[in-house]
Amino acid sequence: MEKRFRNGTLALRGVDLDIGRGDFLSLLGPSGCGKSTLLRILAGLIEPSAGSLDWPMAVHDSRGAAKPKLGFVFQEPTLLPWATALANVALPLRLEGMARSEREHRAATALARVGLAGFETAYPRALSGGMKMRVSIARALVTSPDILLMDEPFAALDEITRFRLNNDLLSIWQEAGFTVVFVTHSVFESVYLSERVVVMAARPGRVVREIAIAAPYPRDEAFRTSAEYAALCRTVSLCLGEAIAA
Amino acid sequence: MSEAIALPRVEEEARPRPAVRRVLGLSRDAWPRILMPLIIGIASLGAWETAVRVNEVPPWIVPAPSVIWATLLRDWHTLSVSLWITLQITFAALASAAGLGLLLAILFAQSKWIELSLFPYAVVLQVTPIVAIAPLIIIWVDDVRLALLICAWIVAFFPILSNTTLGLNSADHNLRDLFRLYRASRVQELFLLRLPAAMPLFLAGLRISGGLALIGAIVAEFVAGTGGRSSGLAYRILEAGYQLQIPRMFAALFLICVTGIVIFLVLGFVQHLLLRHWHESAVRREG
Ligand SMILES: Nc1ncnc2c1ncn2[C@@H]1O[C@H](COP(=O)(O)OP(=O)(O)OP(=O)(O)O)[C@@H](O)[C@H]1O
Ligand SMILES: [Mg+2]
Repeated sequence: MEKRFRNGTLALRGVDLDIGRGDFLSLLGPSGCGKSTLLRILAGLIEPSAGSLDWPMAVHDSRGAAKPKLGFVFQEPTLLPWATALANVALPLRLEGMARSEREHRAATALARVGLAGFETAYPRALSGGMKMRVSIARALVTSPDILLMDEPFAALDEITRFRLNNDLLSIWQEAGFTVVFVTHSVFESVYLSERVVVMAARPGRVVREIAIAAPYPRDEAFRTSAEYAALCRTVSLCLGEAIAA
Repeated sequence: MSEAIALPRVEEEARPRPAVRRVLGLSRDAWPRILMPLIIGIASLGAWETAVRVNEVPPWIVPAPSVIWATLLRDWHTLSVSLWITLQITFAALASAAGLGLLLAILFAQSKWIELSLFPYAVVLQVTPIVAIAPLIIIWVDDVRLALLICAWIVAFFPILSNTTLGLNSADHNLRDLFRLYRASRVQELFLLRLPAAMPLFLAGLRISGGLALIGAIVAEFVAGTGGRSSGLAYRILEAGYQLQIPRMFAALFLICVTGIVIFLVLGFVQHLLLRHWHESAVRREG
């Protein structure tokens, strides 16, 4: 698959990825290597200039387009500032045309899943950065997506919050069993979370290597301090170093 | 997806409302905003009164505030009728400017082509001096009220149109992507994203237009008043001028000023009510 922008930038070249159902996959690479571009192509927000996307498990929607149910978490929380946390989470259901009581019930459940029960009526500006991110994740989860696309969702957060949200994300993923494509530029985060790390290089954006992370789930703080984790991080770091040098 | 799993709940913080010290039902920091202008106002009026009395300035040159106030009370009957007429025109102009400005801005947001073709004409309307075209409008439109309304509307319309157009286009791009991702219809995007995002700018435009509608109405009345066919506040000023009843002129002027201030304050209050939960301009900062 390839992507060339209108101004001539070749953002992605020869990207060929196989993503299995239920996978947790990380896209890791230096800034500007086309991670966001790839994710936006996956989300159908932009079209690839060459190549195509296949969704074997896709359901056909009303317009006949074959697409799986997607959840998208942006780098920033991207909430409606004039709506409460509950209304923000309920937004995707509202756009589907779901009745009010039903969607509010589901949104409240989703908020509770991310640990924000009791904050239904809070406006985004009254929430901390980490809490806003949780609302954003709850919004992505509320439609019970088949695929969750996340673009550096925790990049702007402090390490403590980030670790906690990492753990929360893992437990939700294990419980719900959707597919996750997680963009990050943190080696540690990608190793900790994923089953597979896809290392990318820039100019033009391409996949350099795929590294399987064989460690079993559930992963916890013990894994974060294990020798195995350190070794895996070193492998991925080296690989990333080569990708940047290349 | 099954029910909730055990996740660490974010601690629900105790959120005590900051104890705002209240004096006579108003928060303490609201008082200076009311008192300071009031003190300045009273001091200047006092100075004016003294200057007029000490120098024995005749009332047909500069009347003292006390004389103006007495005239206002004496002529209240005529003046209030005129005030009411001017108010009606002002509000009708403001309402139609808000409605049409909003509708046209929505139309512009639907199609770049419509915006490209029509926006320059809105600018033409804006830069044409209303004093120059008011006589024409008054000749063309038989109903004087309607002619005045059109003049005031022309003046009040542009800030709302341009502000709302800007607002509708300023919705966050990631949020627009989000709406696309969930296959929102154009109507959903308009009502759930673009219109709320445009609200602060629309209201700011409305606040500017409130004053402009009043000015437009007065200017048009002045022009029409020379034909002697209107009885708004501007006409009272003209009439008082001919009859050299200067205190009455000042009384009418005073009413116009008060009206303008009240419109400004009311629209500011509406703005605060609608935006207080989320927009930076309306949220009280801590500390
Ligand atoms: N709309 C666009 N038009 C033209 N070029 C673009 C556009 N968006 C991105 N690019 C280019 O494509 C390349 C990849 O951008 P992308 O945003 O996918 O990088 P990224 O890997 O997400 O980087 P980061 O980690 O900094 O977010 C960059 O060189 C960028 O300049
Ligand atoms: Mg990016």
